[in-house]
Amino acid sequence: MKNKNLYNYILGIADNSLILGQRLGELCGHGPSLETDIACTNMSLDLLGQVRSYYQYAAKIAGDGRTEDDIAMLRKEREYFNVLLVEQPNTDFGYTMARQFLFDVYHFLMLTELEKSTDLNLSAIAKKSIKEVSYHKRFSSDWIKRLGDGTEESHSRIQTAINDLWTYTDELFHQTEADKAIVAEGVGVDVTKLKDAYYEEVNAVLEEATLSVPQSKYFQKGGKQGIHTEHMGYLLADLQYMQRTYPNMEW
Amino acid sequence: MTTTEQHINPKLVEILESISDPEIPVLSIMDMGVVRSAIIENDVVKIEITPTYSGCPAMDVIGDDIKLAMQKAGYEAEVDLILHPAWTTDWITPRGRKALEDYGIAAPLDAEADKSVLLEGKQLVKCPQCGSTNTKMISQFGSTACKAQFQCNDCQEPFDYFKCLK
Repeated sequence: MKNKNLYNYILGIADNSLILGQRLGELCGHGPSLETDIACTNMSLDLLGQVRSYYQYAAKIAGDGRTEDDIAMLRKEREYFNVLLVEQPNTDFGYTMARQFLFDVYHFLMLTELEKSTDLNLSAIAKKSIKEVSYHKRFSSDWIKRLGDGTEESHSRIQTAINDLWTYTDELFHQTEADKAIVAEGVGVDVTKLKDAYYEEVNAVLEEATLSVPQSKYFQKGGKQGIHTEHMGYLLADLQYMQRTYPNMEW
Repeated sequence: MTTTEQHINPKLVEILESISDPEIPVLSIMDMGVVRSAIIENDVVKIEITPTYSGCPAMDVIGDDIKLAMQKAGYEAEVDLILHPAWTTDWITPRGRKALEDYGIAAPLDAEADKSVLLEGKQLVKCPQCGSTNTKMISQFGSTACKAQFQCNDCQEPFDYFKCLK
């Protein structure tokens, strides 16, 4: 492959959306209320739509006959480069919203920078996606505040979720070797520079939600290198079932 | 590539106007503003469409519908999906906005008003049934990616609001 770095860079971005989209999709018909059910599946659809654009582009770069579907469905666990945060299970609605919020704030900041990419394909996808992601961020921030500033039960549950998922936030700002090379070319986003703005925004929402900001400095990493948590295998089994059982099937 | 102008061959306008959005059948794809260009090159019609939302499942159907309509009119057609410039609700034509209202969907307000409506609960969205602006948002997400759910406090009817996208 001529441009392996760019290919890996695109997968890193796209895999986050694919895996989070899959998690949100699990709530289809299982959301706590009709409105939240529809909201989560709407967000899932947005993310999967964005993913298609990224994978189509990646498939073009790979140029080895693989399609967007092959890239999405037929890789092994170690070949997915999503951050650990997005593969964490839904657990309860508090976890679902905490995961969403912690990702949305990052996602929005990242896309704002990706819009300026010298790669016109990536810049176009970012421009399109950011409009959708601003709705996601609005929705998840709202829920953090409603749950945090809600009842004793909702407050304690969302605080637990934030505390548990906090350990996965630092990885959002790690760079792989491929990332560094692509940033140097002016194509990729230097995520290390987003960190301050991220925590500032996250902390402000938590404060408004009467939640405390976790102080732990212990952070998990590995997703960007393909080393995932124990949840990933089960998620992929679900995601890949049809393609593995009926190879080459199409809608 | 950065232009927001549409390049539509006048010969094709009528055919394209006969194709409707599969999720909002009262709206033609032209009124929706998703057709960005339609040209005839060596007897082949080349059409570019852009999605309203990235995951919009209607795009595949629209692509097929275009090919079918062009075939009926005696043309061979190629349909391409483009992402840039990104679609905005500003591209819905005045006729399209009217069709939405008649169909029972509140048309998008401008970006500022949209924010006040979705974030601060200001009552600016007009009920398509009775015309009252005494309405409330039920959910930011609705029956399709492009809509939010509202309810009228006067006539009690629930309805969709087409979210502003800019």
